[in-house]
Amino acid sequence: MLYLFQVLNGLGLGMIYFLISAGLTIIFGLLNFVNFAHGAFFMLGGYLCWSLTELTGNFWLSLLIGPPAVACLAWVAEAALIRRIYRLPHTFHILVTVGIALILQETTIMIWGPTGKNIPVPAGLQGVVTLWNFAYPTYRLFLIAFTSLIGLALWYLLEQTRFGGLVRAGSESAEMVSLLGTNIHRLFARTFALGVGLAGLAGVLSAPIRGVHPFMGPEVLGIAFVVVVIGGMGSFTGALLGGLLVGLVQSLMSTIWPEGANLMIYGAMAAVILLRPYGLFGRA
Amino acid sequence: MLELSSIHSYYGKSHILEGVSLAVGEGELVSLLGRNGAGKTTTLLSIVGVVRPASGSVTFAGQELVGREIYEIARMGISLVPEHRGIFSMLTVEENLAIAVRPGEWTLKNIYEFFPVLYERRRNGGGALSGGEQQMLSIARGLLTNPEMLLLDEPTEGLAPVIIEDIVRALIKIKQTGMSVLLVEQNLLICEKLADRHYVIEEGRIVYSGNAADFARDHATVRDRYLAV
Repeated sequence: MLYLFQVLNGLGLGMIYFLISAGLTIIFGLLNFVNFAHGAFFMLGGYLCWSLTELTGNFWLSLLIGPPAVACLAWVAEAALIRRIYRLPHTFHILVTVGIALILQETTIMIWGPTGKNIPVPAGLQGVVTLWNFAYPTYRLFLIAFTSLIGLALWYLLEQTRFGGLVRAGSESAEMVSLLGTNIHRLFARTFALGVGLAGLAGVLSAPIRGVHPFMGPEVLGIAFVVVVIGGMGSFTGALLGGLLVGLVQSLMSTIWPEGANLMIYGAMAAVILLRPYGLFGRA
Repeated sequence: MLELSSIHSYYGKSHILEGVSLAVGEGELVSLLGRNGAGKTTTLLSIVGVVRPASGSVTFAGQELVGREIYEIARMGISLVPEHRGIFSMLTVEENLAIAVRPGEWTLKNIYEFFPVLYERRRNGGGALSGGEQQMLSIARGLLTNPEMLLLDEPTEGLAPVIIEDIVRALIKIKQTGMSVLLVEQNLLICEKLADRHYVIEEGRIVYSGNAADFARDHATVRDRYLAV
C-alpha cells in the first residue's frame, strides 16, 4: 500500500515534470534555443497561483489566468530580447536566459519576499478518496487526471493540427517552412509562448502540493533538463516517458532511500545515456 | 513577370553571382543551365530571399523582392522546389502537403489526382519515399502554395531515366496550366524538351541566352563550350 501511494505520487510528480519538460523540449526542437529561464517561469506560475488564490480565494481562477499570463510575459520577452539571439551560439542563449531567470527571481523576492508560501488545496479537492482501505489525497488524483488531459490536448495540438505540423516541420528545417510562406517569426513566438506557458501551468498545478519559494526555479530547471536528456532533445513522447521515469524514481526512492533520491535521478539519466546516447527518443 | 538585373551575391567573401540578369515572362518556362558551381542554385536562392544579393534588383510583378523576408516572397507567389527537395522526413506525406496549402486552384484533392502515387503513399513518412516520390512530393507541395511561379532546382538530379520521364510529363502538364516556371537543370535534353527560352550560366555570369530555335541551332556549341565536364 505504501508503494502504491508512492507510485501515484510519482505519477503526479512525473506529469508535472512532463509539462515543464515538454515546453522546454518543444522550444529546443523548433527554435534550437536553450531556455534557462524555464524554471523561473515555472516559479512565476506558482506565485501567480498564490496571489490570485489570496486575492480571490479561488484556485480555479488562478488556473485559468496564471498560465496565459506567464505565456504573455514569455511572448513579450521573445519579441523584446530572445528573437534577437536565435542565430547566436547556445552560450549566448544561456547568458541571456540566465539573466532573465535572475531578474524574475529577484523581482519575485522584491514583490513576495524571500521566504516561501503555502497555497491551500482548492475547495472541493480537499481530503482523501478512499478505496477499500486505501486513502489517497483527492487533489493529487485530480492532478494526475488533469495533466493527462492536458497531455492529450497537447498531443492533439502537435500531431493533428496545422500549427503542430508547422512546429514539427520547422524543427527539421525552419527555412523550408518559410519557403512555403509561413511567417516563421510568428511561429517561433507562438511556440516559445506555448512552451513557457506549459511551465507556468505546471507551476500553478504543483503550488498546492509543494508551495512556492523564490529559489524553486533552478531546482526544477535541473530536473527538466534531466528529463529532456533522458527522453531525447526535442521529443514530446520522450518528455512524457522521461518525466514519468524521473517522477517515479524520485518518489519511490524517497521511501526506500531518502538521502539518495536526487542521486538516483541522475543515476537514471546516466544509465539512459550509456545505453542510448541521444536519449530514449532522441535523434542524432 | 520575374526580372533579375545585375544581381551580385556572395557566400561570405566568395563572389558567386557576378551580375546575373535574366527574365521570365508570364506563362513562360525558362531554363537556366550550367555546370556544378556555376551559380544556378545561388540564383534561385537570391530570388527567394535565402541569399541576399549585395547589389542588383529582383522584381516580381513590378515589386522589388530584395530585402524582403523569405515568407513574404513566398506569399507573393513564388514557390521554390529546392535542390535537395526539402521533404520533412518526420511528417507523413499528407502532413507535408497539408502544411503548405494556401487558397487557390490547387487543393489536396486535385494534387492527389495529379500525383496518384502520393495518394497511395499519403500515410507514409516523408523519409520513407523513393527519390522520385520525394521529388513529386516537393513539386506537389510547391503547387499547393498556389504560386504564380515555380522555381525548380534540378528536379531530375539523381533519378532513374524512367522516373525522369514521369517528372518531365508532370512538368509539361504544369506548364499547360499556364504556370510560369524557371527551371534549373544540367540536363540539356530535358531543357530542350520543356523550355521556351534558355539561359546558360558560367562562373556567376549569364554567358548565353536564346529561344528554342536559337538553342536548337547552337545545341552543339552550348554543350561543348559550357556544359561539357
